[in-house]
Amino acid sequence: MLQKTYDKIDSIGRSILSIKAKGVHNKELAEVIYPNGDKAFAQVIAINNEQVTLQLFSGGFGVSTNCKIRFLGKPIQVGFSDDMLGRVYSGNGKPIDGGPELLTDMVRIAGPSINPVKRLIPKEMIRTGVPMIDVFNTLVRSQKIPIFAKAGEPYNRLLANIATQTDADVIIIGGVGLKYDEFHYFRQRIEEAGSKNKTIMFVHTHRDSIVEGLMVPDLALAVGEKFALQGKNVFVLLSDMTQWSDYLRQVANAQDQIPANQGYPGDLYSQLASRYEKAADIDGAGSLTILGVTTMDDITHPVPDNTGYITEGQFYMKDGYLELFGSLSRLKQQVNETTREDHRSIMNVMARLLSEAEERVKAQKFGSVKDDYSFRLLDYRKTFQKELMDPFRYLELEDALDLCWDILARYFKKEEVGLSSKLIDSFWPKEGQYKILKPHNNE
Amino acid sequence: MDMQKAKGKVVSVNESLVGVIITQGAVMNGEVAYIVIEDGKRLKSEVIDVKTGQFVYLQVFEDTSWMKAGDLVEFSGLLLAVKLAPGILGSVTDGLQNPLYELAKKEWFLERGLEVEPLNNKTKWHFTPTANKGGFVTGGDILGAVPEKIFKHKIFVPFSLQGVFELIEIAPEGDYTIDETIAKIKDEAGAVQELTMSFEWPVKMAMPFYERSVPEKPMPTGIRILDALFPIAYGGTACNPGPFGAGKTVLQHSLAKHSQADIVIIAACGERAGEAVEVFKDFPKLLDPRTGKSLMDRTYIVGNTSSMPVAAREASVYLATSVGEYYRKQGLNVLILADSTSRWAQALRETSGRKEEIPGPEAFPMYISTLISAFYDRAGVEIFKDGSSGSLSIIGTVSPAGGNFDEPVTQATLLSTGAFWGLSRTLSDARKYPAIDRIDSNSQYPSLLKKEEVAHLLELLRDGKSIASNILLMGEKGITDETYIRYHKAELLDAVFLQQNSFDEVDGVSNPSRLRIMFDMILKIIDAPLNLKGKDKIRSHFNFIRQAFLDWNYMKIDDTNFDEQNSKLLNLIKQRAYATEDL
Ligand SMILES: Nc1ncnc2c1ncn2[C@@H]1O[C@H](COP(=O)(O)OP(=O)(O)O)[C@@H](O)[C@H]1O
Ligand SMILES: [Mg+2]
Repeated sequence: MLQKTYDKIDSIGRSILSIKAKGVHNKELAEVIYPNGDKAFAQVIAINNEQVTLQLFSGGFGVSTNCKIRFLGKPIQVGFSDDMLGRVYSGNGKPIDGGPELLTDMVRIAGPSINPVKRLIPKEMIRTGVPMIDVFNTLVRSQKIPIFAKAGEPYNRLLANIATQTDADVIIIGGVGLKYDEFHYFRQRIEEAGSKNKTIMFVHTHRDSIVEGLMVPDLALAVGEKFALQGKNVFVLLSDMTQWSDYLRQVANAQDQIPANQGYPGDLYSQLASRYEKAADIDGAGSLTILGVTTMDDITHPVPDNTGYITEGQFYMKDGYLELFGSLSRLKQQVNETTREDHRSIMNVMARLLSEAEERVKAQKFGSVKDDYSFRLLDYRKTFQKELMDPFRYLELEDALDLCWDILARYFKKEEVGLSSKLIDSFWPKEGQYKILKPHNNE
Repeated sequence: MDMQKAKGKVVSVNESLVGVIITQGAVMNGEVAYIVIEDGKRLKSEVIDVKTGQFVYLQVFEDTSWMKAGDLVEFSGLLLAVKLAPGILGSVTDGLQNPLYELAKKEWFLERGLEVEPLNNKTKWHFTPTANKGGFVTGGDILGAVPEKIFKHKIFVPFSLQGVFELIEIAPEGDYTIDETIAKIKDEAGAVQELTMSFEWPVKMAMPFYERSVPEKPMPTGIRILDALFPIAYGGTACNPGPFGAGKTVLQHSLAKHSQADIVIIAACGERAGEAVEVFKDFPKLLDPRTGKSLMDRTYIVGNTSSMPVAAREASVYLATSVGEYYRKQGLNVLILADSTSRWAQALRETSGRKEEIPGPEAFPMYISTLISAFYDRAGVEIFKDGSSGSLSIIGTVSPAGGNFDEPVTQATLLSTGAFWGLSRTLSDARKYPAIDRIDSNSQYPSLLKKEEVAHLLELLRDGKSIASNILLMGEKGITDETYIRYHKAELLDAVFLQQNSFDEVDGVSNPSRLRIMFDMILKIIDAPLNLKGKDKIRSHFNFIRQAFLDWNYMKIDDTNFDEQNSKLLNLIKQRAYATEDL
């Protein structure tokens, strides 16, 4: 296709540029050519007659009015081949691991969504060994689910654990706004787990431009989708989508878009959804599961809020624990009926009692907790947290369920828990004989 | 005069908003246009604004990548319309009425520029005429009927035809496709028109009521908290706003399964594709107890899910509504479930922002509340010429930012709907599903229970709430045994009657007779005198009752042990009520 070069740059902003040009396509890829011959990528994002607005992959800093723009006559694409496994790429799709550039097929990014009738109802549990996940918020193949956490919580560790301890055929890590040590951490974990040859990394660090950061999920998901279409079970890890949303906000503001909430553009929901909805269990092919990270302080903030409306639940991490309240797996009911007969009931009862206990915690502030039952609830809560909420304690689901029974039996009478007599007969531990729970020192 | 269709060319592209200069002909606001891009694909769009200088704005229902200034635009001269005919039931379409199963035969992905016939035009339907040749007809009159799945589908003279026509030909009983001529009519001027079993209706236009009546008959939903406390009526409207994860979609799916409507239309608007998939892959396997046929036979699904083109959100909502109005004209009770109306409002916000309109609160366009009330106003009870009636009820989900109801879409919806089911994060965290706020929700429609019964329950719930806050402040020891008993009655009412496990085949649905049985039992418990002393004993008493009641909830009404459990429960209430000693 004919490549046209233009030099009538009108304006340059932090991440966008405006130029007069003809015959340009919406979303076309372009190159900024600096006077010294250096090049950087850009993409058309709006057209108004001959006025063309471009998004600059390397930012607007250092771009001058005597730069030229060459339109490349093609959309943004990303390479796709098995040889990419084990490699590390940047947000513009170039290898950054010192290895050679590959000759690969090119595939489109941000393509249309799969026809819903080609989706299967998700039905396969992914065992993680994390009790708060396996018992209370079961992860299901093809689920899209982020970890909600304050910056600084060990969410990347949990992400890496889940990815490496489960049975993914292909792992794709999309790092957005990663600190260098986080990048290094992921790489190390993948290597230690011997998963390197099934992993591809797309990494954007703080030294790269925000537009490259914006590209990372699209690259990761486009490649992941291709593998899934080949029949692979793919895990895509996206960390951190709050950074990504902030980049989106910066670019929207640079275009003078009217913000909706806290400066975020009105299409934040659609933008996030078109990425997360790539997760699918495809009829006649493989699957794509998305585990994300959404850093946050407050769940009503626009980023976690919009995310929660899109994803199939969230794992809420706080002070190093995986919380029960605030966490949700919307797909759990697809799988937890067929794991073990007590799974659903014990999950509900443990949750109900914990919520009763939370009431007592509130009451404690008024000094109004004085009765024995309330004290038992409070002790139950402590043990629950210590035994079950640690995201890094590995337990098989069955052991974790047994542990739940042990905890119930330590603090409650059979008739207090509201479980059916049938389950109580089968599972209630005999006096003092716990399967998993270690006895108290004083017992 | 041969109306020449307008043409134009693209001058600006900003995501789904495209500016066009008209080069030939006249353009109508709301008409459909096609933009022909370089590879020859035709992208469907709609005129949303006509400006000075031959300039119009289109919203494009597809991805606008690769469009460029100068691309040809062909206007259709027709408003965005739905095709109405037998064959809608049981189908799944996108927001522009493209059947998804048909699209999937062409491509796995929703590639742009693909259009397929909205309704199968090969299927033969067995038509029986009822109108007589030589008679006179007008728009909305009945020509005959064909059997469609669960009911007899009336074939109308298109609603848009006004004036009186002579029926000069009508097809004999036989099998016809929806596009074959089944009648010919002649107007007063002598012009002849051919009619088929299908016709089009512009989706944004409300179908006029023949005669409108007030919704006052409760529609059983199978959901106890609704049928007892916050009912919906045939032809009524309700909204269920709530933060994410509070149970809006589960509630809607439960309504879709169990509501005693003839037809259910699900508008999956801007939410997860997987949730629509659950419906259209599960429903065909479920039986509708009312008809004994597959649940899918009474269902139509319109899916414009969150990663499908945003500009078609609005169309998807109106498409569902027009189909609903059409089946109401059939004399049926139709229920539309829209999940979520906020996504439609957000789509309008996106377009409005790109058009640089003056924004209202949270950047929603100023006219958002007008559109929302006009939408809900399309629900209602309709009385026809022959005295028969039909109804259209609309239940819309609202997804407020931050779960805060004090935002424009929730507020506008509250003003436009007759029942408000507020979902609460506190309740859903405590797993008290359906997490519909027991105190703040309301309904203007009559309940399946008697008025004074409802009042009785609401009073107990309010008492329970205020006692709970006293316990919080003063501890259990700070209140009397009597008050503590009242508190436990309220808790019990909540636990065994208001809470309902949607995922259980038995507990998930209570039909009116079962609701009555359960209510009577609850009433016995509430009204039974209780002479227990000591908080532990009181708590334990209610634990036993709760356990027995819950076991009962999971038993089918025709199970042998259902009656046994019933007696057990009655005994439990009696025995323990008078026992002052520990049993
Ligand atoms: N009636 C119910 N019974 C049991 N679980 C429920 C019920 N309603 C909601 N849930 C749980 O809550 C989750 C979220 O519900 P959902 O309806 O998807 O929320 P929303 O649409 O409000 O975001 C479900 O996946 C389910 O686990
Ligand atoms: Mg929902």
